[in-house]
Amino acid sequence: MLVVSRFKYAYTIAVCMLGTLFAIPSFVSQETFDKLPGFLQHTVSLGLELRGGSHIQLEVDLRSVEKERQESIVDETRKLLRKQNIKYSKISVQSRGDGSAIFINLKNQDDVPSVQKMLLKIEKQLEVSVSGAQITAVISEAFMDEFAKRVVSESIEVIRHRIDETGTTEPTILRQGRDRIVVQRPGAGDSAEVKKVLGKTAMLTFHAVDEDMESIEAVNPEQKPNLPAKPGVVYLPEDRGNKTMYVPVKKQHSLTGKSVVDAQVTIDNRTGMPAVSIKFDSIDGARKMAELSTKYLGKQFAMVLDGKVLSAPVFQSVLNDGNAQITGNFTMEEATQLALLLRAGSLPAPLNVVEERSVGPSLGADSIVSGKNATICAFIFVALFMLASYGKFGGFAVVSLTANIMLLFACLTLLGATLTLPGIAGIALSIGMAVDANVLIYERIREEIRSGIRAIIAVAQGYRMAMTTIVDSNLTTMVGAIVLYEFGSGPIRGFAVTLALGALISMFTTFSLTKLLIHVWTRRNGNKGFTI
Amino acid sequence: MFRLHLIPYGTKFDIVGMSRYMISLAVAVVVTCFAFMTFKGLNYSIDFKGGYIFEVTLPGEPAIQELRDELGSLGLGEVSIQQFGGKNNLMIRLGRAEDGKEQEMAIQKVRNALGTDAVYKKVETVGPKVGSELVSNAIKAVTFALLAMLCYIAIRFEWQFGICAVAALLHDCAIIFGMFSIFPLEFSETSITAVLLTASYSINDTVVIFDRIRETLRRHKTMNIKDVINLSLNETLSRTTLTATTTLLAVLALYLFGGKVIAAFALPIMVGIIVGTFSSIFVASPLLTCLNLRRDKIGGDDNRKDGGRSAANIG
Repeated sequence: MLVVSRFKYAYTIAVCMLGTLFAIPSFVSQETFDKLPGFLQHTVSLGLELRGGSHIQLEVDLRSVEKERQESIVDETRKLLRKQNIKYSKISVQSRGDGSAIFINLKNQDDVPSVQKMLLKIEKQLEVSVSGAQITAVISEAFMDEFAKRVVSESIEVIRHRIDETGTTEPTILRQGRDRIVVQRPGAGDSAEVKKVLGKTAMLTFHAVDEDMESIEAVNPEQKPNLPAKPGVVYLPEDRGNKTMYVPVKKQHSLTGKSVVDAQVTIDNRTGMPAVSIKFDSIDGARKMAELSTKYLGKQFAMVLDGKVLSAPVFQSVLNDGNAQITGNFTMEEATQLALLLRAGSLPAPLNVVEERSVGPSLGADSIVSGKNATICAFIFVALFMLASYGKFGGFAVVSLTANIMLLFACLTLLGATLTLPGIAGIALSIGMAVDANVLIYERIREEIRSGIRAIIAVAQGYRMAMTTIVDSNLTTMVGAIVLYEFGSGPIRGFAVTLALGALISMFTTFSLTKLLIHVWTRRNGNKGFTI
Repeated sequence: MFRLHLIPYGTKFDIVGMSRYMISLAVAVVVTCFAFMTFKGLNYSIDFKGGYIFEVTLPGEPAIQELRDELGSLGLGEVSIQQFGGKNNLMIRLGRAEDGKEQEMAIQKVRNALGTDAVYKKVETVGPKVGSELVSNAIKAVTFALLAMLCYIAIRFEWQFGICAVAALLHDCAIIFGMFSIFPLEFSETSITAVLLTASYSINDTVVIFDRIRETLRRHKTMNIKDVINLSLNETLSRTTLTATTTLLAVLALYLFGGKVIAAFALPIMVGIIVGTFSSIFVASPLLTCLNLRRDKIGGDDNRKDGGRSAANIG
């Protein structure tokens, strides 16, 4: 005799009801959805290919940051070497493997230990190796890993600010792997706008212009002209409408955009051109600005964004209040964007787009409709087949199959999982596979009845005998799913979640709901004897 | 009362006897599939090899050949243009992909070539690095999952069962990959999921049969292994075909009504279910006879729990 305790009755019905309750919001129309109480206003979130939107994968260019750091170490070392009168034939940063390293060739091998010490004093995370009079130094891999972690999370923060500023709703920004960031945003519009905002590092720096050297005009705008060299001075390009000038500025910046607390678009009073007014924080930025404008009063000062000179105006007066204006050859749109970027802060490293997908909303809607149709048809096919194979008992299986789907949706909703196109296919497929447990039990019951024992005992026996099989097969699936989730990425993970949930839920419905239905039915009709 | 019976009651097929032919057939098919994969390779989508996909609706009927020439001259690699659902709906694929800045420029070039009136339904770009990472990641995940399942089965049953199950699984995967190669179907990120679904279906099916073999071994202490396996296979044949049918029906619904994208995903799964069912019956189980299964170990373990008790009740 099949035994189902009162407690089991209660919790089976409770779980199924709760499941249905949480699944329903995914199926109702928008108007009904808005009327639902707050705690029910959650649906299965749809993947980008279903609701339309864009997906961009960015790679944080750690190598360039590493190289930059190495170059500043080289600069510092060079200065110290000169000061201490240590002779060298070469000191530079060169690419090595897929990264770069600092190379120093000393004239005298006896100087090696002191230079080694010097390097470590400048940056203690260096790994220094020596062969003869040549010293090679790289930034340690462990430190780079730590550094990568920091740079990526800082980048995510900046990206979030920037995207929020564009007014995009619900962007998803995730770290992926060591140096990747994924940005997803739903809705129409292509990703060009977002890429424009993300493509710039927006590193704003202020440099004094070297007075001894002259700006040089590029004859061919595509090509860098021959530029005279002077230590501590670099030539940076400035776009002046129809020509490109190379402006000599001091390598060391005096102030950076990090101290900017606010930036707004204005119109420059003198030229009538769009400009950006910025406000520095009072402690650091404003004081420095005041010092600089006193020191360089009447002299040229360059504002540099991502290695390009925006403009190099002359300080007309001492700036005491921490306000300044950035001028340049801007259009209104460019000025607006610059203001946005300055408000959101600069990226700690350049970003490269490595993957990009965008799906129009109409295509997504089509996919949802066909996915829904396919799932409904799958349900009808399976239900008819079960009814034809097992009659009444097939009906019980169909009831628990319905509960199965409801619970699956409820779990996906509560877990905040994202339903993708293969996910829908997975659901349709799990409809097919979910009845497997029922089939196992029913076949077993048939066998038992054939062996000549009373039907009502055969049912209990069938249930018990099929139990190990069902547990074994589902646990094997679960083990596979857990490993896939652990080691897989993206779609494989999504698949693993659906797979594991499908296995768990089908075990639950078979051992509780179907069992309960059969229990109720056999209690009324069981003594008459029956076949399946 | 009418009941649909796919398999009549009390079949006595000598499946282990047939296995010599069936396993030879399986080996031949797997070898063919491997040959195709080695010499022809898979038709990777841009998910793996990198590239561009544009799905656009153009205002008028486009001159495909001219468009192909124009896009070909952009130097973005191999161009493929497909019409679908109406003459002015195009799916354009470009073979080469770069990382970083060049990507944007390439997209801009294509946009210029297609004109301003084109409506973009889908634009995808994948850099070459992402693709190769995807492959290594997927291989790693699947290998570990297979190993974990092997261990689980080895613990719950015996190591011989684990080996046979994994052999059947490899057979299934080889055939699915082979199918992708032979009929050149595009192998994309979603295709990995199709292979995984096949694998999980097949392992499930195999475990159910193994479970019955274990039970029969305990119940009939003196029956020889070959008969045990034959009996178990025949007893579970009805369930095996029923479950395969319901699952196939569900996938058939996907294939027929799921639209283009889902249909492309459903086809390999349909094949996978058939192949998976075949391998559970004709590969995994008969292979057990070759692996010196030791009855004393299996009979000894937890005899009291299920198999033992039911044998006592009924017998």
